[in-house]
Amino acid sequence: MVANAVQIRLSVNGESHDLEVEPRTLLVYALRDDIGLTGTNIGCDSSSCGACTVLVDGRSVKSCTMLAVQAEGAEITTIEGLAATSDGDGLHPMQQAFHEYHGLQCGYCTPGMILASVSLIDEYPDLDESGVREGLEGNLCRCTGYNNIVKAVLQVAGKEA
Amino acid sequence: MAVTDDTTRAGGIGARMLRKEDGKLVTGEAEFVDDIHAPGELWMGMVRSTVAHARIAAIDTSGAASMPGVQSVLTGAQLADMELWVAPLPCAWPVTDDMVNPPHWPVATDMVHHVGELVAVVLAESRFAAADAIEHVIVEYESQPPVATVEQAMADVDHAHLEHSTNKAYTWAIDPDPDGTQAAIAAAAHVVSARFVQQRLIPVAIEPRGVLAVPSPMGGDITLYSTTQVPHVLRVMVAATTGLPEQKLRVIAPAVGGGFGAKLNVNPDEILAVALSHRLGRAVRWTETRSEAAGSTHQGRGQIQHVELASDADGKLTAIRVKIDADMGAYMTLLTPGVPLLGSFLYHGVYDTPKFSFTCEGWFTNRTPTDAYRGAGRPEASYAIERAMDMLAYEVGIGTDEIRRRNYINGGEPFEMWENPAGLSFDSGHYGPTLDRALELADVAGLRAEQQRRRETGAIRQLGIGLCTYVEICGLAPSRALGGLNYGAGGWEHATVRILPTGKVEVVSGSTPHGQGHETSWSQIIATKMGISPDDVTVLHSDTALSPLGLDTYGSRSLSVGGVAIAMAADKVIEKARKIAAHQFEAAPEDVEFVDGSFSVAGTPSKSVHIQELGFAAFTAHDLPDGMEPNLQEQVSFDPPNFAFPFGTHVAVVEIDEDTGGVELIGYYAVDDCGNQVNPLIVEGQIHGGVVQGAAQALYEVAVYDDDANIINPSLMNYLVPSAAEMPSIVTDSTCTPSTTNPLGVKGVGEAGTIGSAAAVINAVVDALRPHGVTDIEMPASPMRVRRTIEQADGGAS
Amino acid sequence: MIPAAFDYIRATSAEEALAALTEHGDDAKLMAGGQSLIPLMRYRLVTPGVVVDIGNLDGDLRGISVNGDTVRIGALTRHTELEHSAELEATCPLLNHVASLVGDPAVRHRGTLGGSLAHADPASDLPAAVLALGATLVARGPGGEREIAASDFFTGFLESVLAPDEMLTEVRVPVTADGWNYQKFNRRAQDWAIVGVAVCRGGRGVSLVNMGPTPMRASAVEEAVAGGATAAEAAAHAADETDPPNDLNGDADYRSHLARVLTRRALEAAGFA
Repeated sequence: MVANAVQIRLSVNGESHDLEVEPRTLLVYALRDDIGLTGTNIGCDSSSCGACTVLVDGRSVKSCTMLAVQAEGAEITTIEGLAATSDGDGLHPMQQAFHEYHGLQCGYCTPGMILASVSLIDEYPDLDESGVREGLEGNLCRCTGYNNIVKAVLQVAGKEA
Repeated sequence: MAVTDDTTRAGGIGARMLRKEDGKLVTGEAEFVDDIHAPGELWMGMVRSTVAHARIAAIDTSGAASMPGVQSVLTGAQLADMELWVAPLPCAWPVTDDMVNPPHWPVATDMVHHVGELVAVVLAESRFAAADAIEHVIVEYESQPPVATVEQAMADVDHAHLEHSTNKAYTWAIDPDPDGTQAAIAAAAHVVSARFVQQRLIPVAIEPRGVLAVPSPMGGDITLYSTTQVPHVLRVMVAATTGLPEQKLRVIAPAVGGGFGAKLNVNPDEILAVALSHRLGRAVRWTETRSEAAGSTHQGRGQIQHVELASDADGKLTAIRVKIDADMGAYMTLLTPGVPLLGSFLYHGVYDTPKFSFTCEGWFTNRTPTDAYRGAGRPEASYAIERAMDMLAYEVGIGTDEIRRRNYINGGEPFEMWENPAGLSFDSGHYGPTLDRALELADVAGLRAEQQRRRETGAIRQLGIGLCTYVEICGLAPSRALGGLNYGAGGWEHATVRILPTGKVEVVSGSTPHGQGHETSWSQIIATKMGISPDDVTVLHSDTALSPLGLDTYGSRSLSVGGVAIAMAADKVIEKARKIAAHQFEAAPEDVEFVDGSFSVAGTPSKSVHIQELGFAAFTAHDLPDGMEPNLQEQVSFDPPNFAFPFGTHVAVVEIDEDTGGVELIGYYAVDDCGNQVNPLIVEGQIHGGVVQGAAQALYEVAVYDDDANIINPSLMNYLVPSAAEMPSIVTDSTCTPSTTNPLGVKGVGEAGTIGSAAAVINAVVDALRPHGVTDIEMPASPMRVRRTIEQADGGAS
Repeated sequence: MIPAAFDYIRATSAEEALAALTEHGDDAKLMAGGQSLIPLMRYRLVTPGVVVDIGNLDGDLRGISVNGDTVRIGALTRHTELEHSAELEATCPLLNHVASLVGDPAVRHRGTLGGSLAHADPASDLPAAVLALGATLVARGPGGEREIAASDFFTGFLESVLAPDEMLTEVRVPVTADGWNYQKFNRRAQDWAIVGVAVCRGGRGVSLVNMGPTPMRASAVEEAVAGGATAAEAAAHAADETDPPNDLNGDADYRSHLARVLTRRALEAAGFA
């Protein structure tokens, strides 16, 4: 339908998806509109809010600041696939901690915040409170004042708040 | 109300129950508007004015209309000719009979009055095609001089609406004794006279607004999915604006990603989606971009406050006189004119102030309309009185805690039904303990010692400590009181409670959550009332087909009106169930006791039936008392007799790098009293978020317009919503002074944090800068502004 | 917001990327991590007809190695790799530290050193770091490779000496393990610096972020330091010959003041008396 559309294969949450997308398709639109994984949200247009954060090969990436075509060959994890990356059969420990510490209210920033947090404590294994706060600098939340988000992340990091 | 430990543990009222809502939200299962699709949907692309005030000379849609994927491009004039609407967008709060209210059509036809106002709409087959096409609609404007500030509006040289010879929209006053106020000020030992600016704020719910209207062409029904706080209000207003029959409209607010007031309006996009989908027989949708929101979604605050606060020699207040100049923006949207008035009654704060005088003038500017934003009028009022109290403390030469103690209503002791000078009755209050506890929690004595040490050693990083004791008015509200204020709706809330045949309970709520955790709290109310597990309760809400009656969620009203309605409906269900139990026991209903979910005959504990078991009996209706209708379902529309008045004391601690001017909020302590708490975990969460929103006003956020009334920071790159890295941990505690307004003794907490925090933070900033002789600083206290303030106070440049 | 349409070429080698640049000229944009380019494309401030993606190229273009007193860094090395490199921490801790302050973690996971330098944003951190370090930038074009001193690289706002058909391949910095500091002053952690100052004591390099249209050396400060001035005396010259921007976070006067304050702090922290 579109003149310069390209065929790509994306690996998302362990499943392979063959898509035809315009090169300008941001990864977040491919995930949401083409694959139907709508857990990844869009909150801004300036790469500032982090609502669209996903994991690309295990590390946080803003899926509004990556083209879908760039993601070929990488393993992408969205909020829908996070639980399956952990050992238990329920929620991922970070999802569970956000629940137990009341680290979410409206829940819109939450998928991005959770994935950014998963990446953060993996990348920096010895974080204290200020480290967690600094590490979440790129994820905005308007409801929680961050208080309980920080507690949840510290708990998963083994630093009970 | 009596709460047993058992029900608390089980998740009843008072329990820190984890939220039922979370599972869907932490896994991505929850559906927001932009997640929902309909077959054949068309995307609206919004062509918005790029000038603040102009006549539309010409619009060339030909380039856009011929682009691939574009179905049509419609200008405002073409849309007007299509007769898609029968009335302009509504203003539900014409505060005075002579208020100026320029017609506000969904799409401008000949004149535009603010940047971002719609001038044409693209309908396209995809998100991408719509985004591409709007760039090719060419609009020719004949610019008019814009009114870019309130000061320009007041000068009345240029006019925001050319057909009106003044920019003034209205004058509204509470002035029971102007001569008395004047005399008290003239005779006062101390008078603080201050001008405060409440800068415009962009609300920034992290979910942008969006709509999807799905028609059923044969049936004539239309379902509108909207990111709204007010599906019930919206349904009425869409019907009134489009002329479509109300009973054919269904409004659904699915998962909604925060509101903060910004999602309580009736917006052009909502009207367009419904009207166009009805006309075209195709689903129509739109999702706002963040930068677009600066023109497509209302803003908050925007007031200039003039405050005169008078006291005797000891700092005991004798009078307050307030004049507000409020920026309406370009149009009166749903609640625009009333927002300043929501604070008007509270300008004396928590202080016994014999003489009170308040006047507000509303002014049109050529900027995005203002309307409710978290706290709506009350953060402004709290800020003004709490800043002025600090100034008065310095004048009198006493501590900022002492000035407050000397003036608390009833000396800081408990009271009920206190008549305030603006004509309201404060339901209950007890201010002293919140101050005592906050000072203790923050160790203010220790902080003062450290502050002194830093001052004496000339440290680069100076410490500031700020207090605020706020009171707010929430639980909107008694319908008669609202009617007296010309408010266009009532203040009741509706609830239905039913026990299903299998004993599970459904609650239908007219309040509409977007992050507040109603499903959890309402389940807890039922759990306590009925003695059942909260897991057996499901809450239906936010869909006018499921919940046809309601007045929605804003103004911290959900619990103190809607939650109470649910408790009352549960009581009615219990009473009906008691009659069925009595019938089964062959006893008189008055002899049947209800304890922990079970009915039994007093003195005969062996005969007992659980309320959940009676659901089936009521459903089969095989053996009900004579004349009783089947089913266990009751409903209540609760119209509260009064408002509720939560309060609290906050302490903010800042560190200021005097060389750079950088302010760091290093500590925050909040002691709040919202009456009885249903779920303390949720209460604390509301406080945390509210505090950060107010602190953000104090230190970071401002919508900046240039001389041509263009907003220059519409994106989150330069509209500075703070992150976790800029904010401290917040330490909370509470006192409990039950409300006398409702049987649950509850108040409200959704806005309290915001109402207390901006003043506390700025009081702390000014406190840090006191040695320089600084008495005030405008918000946001940016590093450059702080540095300049220090330089000016020191009498020279760096 | 959605970028304007473009054609996409995923290069499998530097040669292929250079050939695409030669073919498409000004209409082509090279993309490494995309962390600067994609935001501009979303606002349609940049609308290339062709995007040449070099993000997946490997080999010499990626990684850190130390050769005697020179650290060689492939242009496609990501900020996160700079930040976590023990080798870099030992040999060039300034660069290691500055990389940890770029954007936010998600930006650092994608963004590359070469991309940041080629973008030539005066508000970015890494250009200032390579200026203070006296780095050498290696560019490859149709005619082969050339070396460019960092101080000759930046020519204007978002402009450098790179030709449209050239790409950065490597950054060489001298081993400089002691006496360094970076001061970044901003309002939110994720934001660009309102003003930043990088100091490298060994090479007596001092550079400024956001004090003019390009990343720049604080030449007056460097001269004062070389002439034996104290940190306080030298820092007084921090705003000399600068042309700081006016924006919401700071006007030119305030930025000049900040530059002096931060330069003094940076010099003192780097060990200048």
